[in-house]
Amino acid sequence: MLRPRGLLLPRPMSLCLAPPGELAFLIDPIGPGTESLCSLGVGEAIHVFGPLGNGFRLDVDRPLLVGGGIGIAPLPYLSERLGMPPALLGFRTSEHAAAAALVPRAEVVVEPALVTDLLPDDPGDVLACGPESMLRALAQLVPGAQLAWEAPMACGFGACYGCAVEVDGRMARLCVEGPVISARAEMTTEGGVALSVAACSSGRALARRGGGR
Amino acid sequence: MILNASGCLDALTAPEVAREFDAFVTKTVTPLQREGNAPVRIAETDVGMLNSIGLANPGIDTFLADLLPRLLDLGPPVWVSVGGFAAAEYADLCARLERTDAAAIELNLSCPNVAAPEDEATAIVAAARAATGKPLFAKLSPALPDLPAVALAAAAAGADGLALVNTIRGLALDPATLRPRLGTAAGGLSGPALRPVALAAVHTCFRATGLPIVGMGGVETGAHALELIAAGASAVALGTVLFADPGAAARVREELAGEARQRGFADPLAARGVAHADLDGAPPGPVVRVADGARKRSAQVGLKV
Repeated sequence: MLRPRGLLLPRPMSLCLAPPGELAFLIDPIGPGTESLCSLGVGEAIHVFGPLGNGFRLDVDRPLLVGGGIGIAPLPYLSERLGMPPALLGFRTSEHAAAAALVPRAEVVVEPALVTDLLPDDPGDVLACGPESMLRALAQLVPGAQLAWEAPMACGFGACYGCAVEVDGRMARLCVEGPVISARAEMTTEGGVALSVAACSSGRALARRGGGR
Repeated sequence: MILNASGCLDALTAPEVAREFDAFVTKTVTPLQREGNAPVRIAETDVGMLNSIGLANPGIDTFLADLLPRLLDLGPPVWVSVGGFAAAEYADLCARLERTDAAAIELNLSCPNVAAPEDEATAIVAAARAATGKPLFAKLSPALPDLPAVALAAAAAGADGLALVNTIRGLALDPATLRPRLGTAAGGLSGPALRPVALAAVHTCFRATGLPIVGMGGVETGAHALELIAAGASAVALGTVLFADPGAAARVREELAGEARQRGFADPLAARGVAHADLDGAPPGPVVRVADGARKRSAQVGLKV
């Protein structure tokens, strides 16, 4: 969770890159919180709380990364951890697609083409993050996929009960049981679709570890 | 004494956060399991946060069998918040907690996100009192038309203390669509906007009842906590601030001690009620005498009348 200045609640962000001594986040300035985070200057302090939740399982044989829009944010770090597997990325415009430079071995499509159009017949172990429509399509096509979902979230550590989503017919806190959930689970989210309408920017906010309160 | 506000912390998913509190207050437990309200459940506004969780909880059976033993193992005393839709339900919940090691019971009489109980607050407190000898705290809404009268009636019905305040109803619209941002339209407003509301509620109820009060509403700093104590609170609870700062309990405790010292108070509670002192400095004190039972049971959980 990253705490924007002047606002009450922190914002949930996935780790994009972690070079020594740094944490990097890919943030799209689409509202007051993300705009505040993107306005940080070099050397300014930011409060970071984490890591939180359940990330992607790394015990996969044939990883294939799939990302859509700003949902590619966790893929650069994931790619590093998995030894640079192939990646399929989809964007709304070619301008947004500039962010693909962060992900090695990426094949890129721009709308109206969809990232699922690129999916091979035998996709292997899919790890995906992106708009809800993309995740739902993947859940149908690749039942074993690991999918990173999104929901409005105030705390990120199970305290606020705000990020409720329906998993297999019961309400669950996405921050506790996710955000990465197997495609085999039946997911219902309502309103947790901010990413699907988000434009993607390649702006990269770097945060220094251990910032002040 | 610093507590968490009910529903703002899950001690089992964040035990290290819960251990920083002098007592842990559970999310409200109801007779039956509740899934809670449909999403979207939270929205940030310019002045606070709206929530519409809707008392999601596993129900009293699972709570007693599975959750409470693990909560008690964590260390801090456990206050159990209970909620229902009739006096008999509250009484049943209290009776079932009677044989447990729960330190106190908070009667949630004021959730803005579910239907109000069919019985009056007084009847609920009286029914709960008959069912338990544990310290009973009535959590009231600051939106009541005559809050001090209800607080006084709750005291007469056997409440040992008050928990003030719960959230008040608010609405946020999506600026683009002009439709409600929460699934239930309105929700409970917490955070900075609630601070003056909480201060007024604590101020007026301290004067009316003299009961121990757990003050809460928008507390972010030790200075905020000291103001609630000056208005009459004998303990302070943290809610929304925890979402941004899970370490707030230790920070606020330290700030509170410093703020009190700076003003010449030996300890923070020495400032209790000073907002009521007249210009000559003579504290007017509460106008009613607190019943011996309430005095004794409040002392059990470390709260002085």
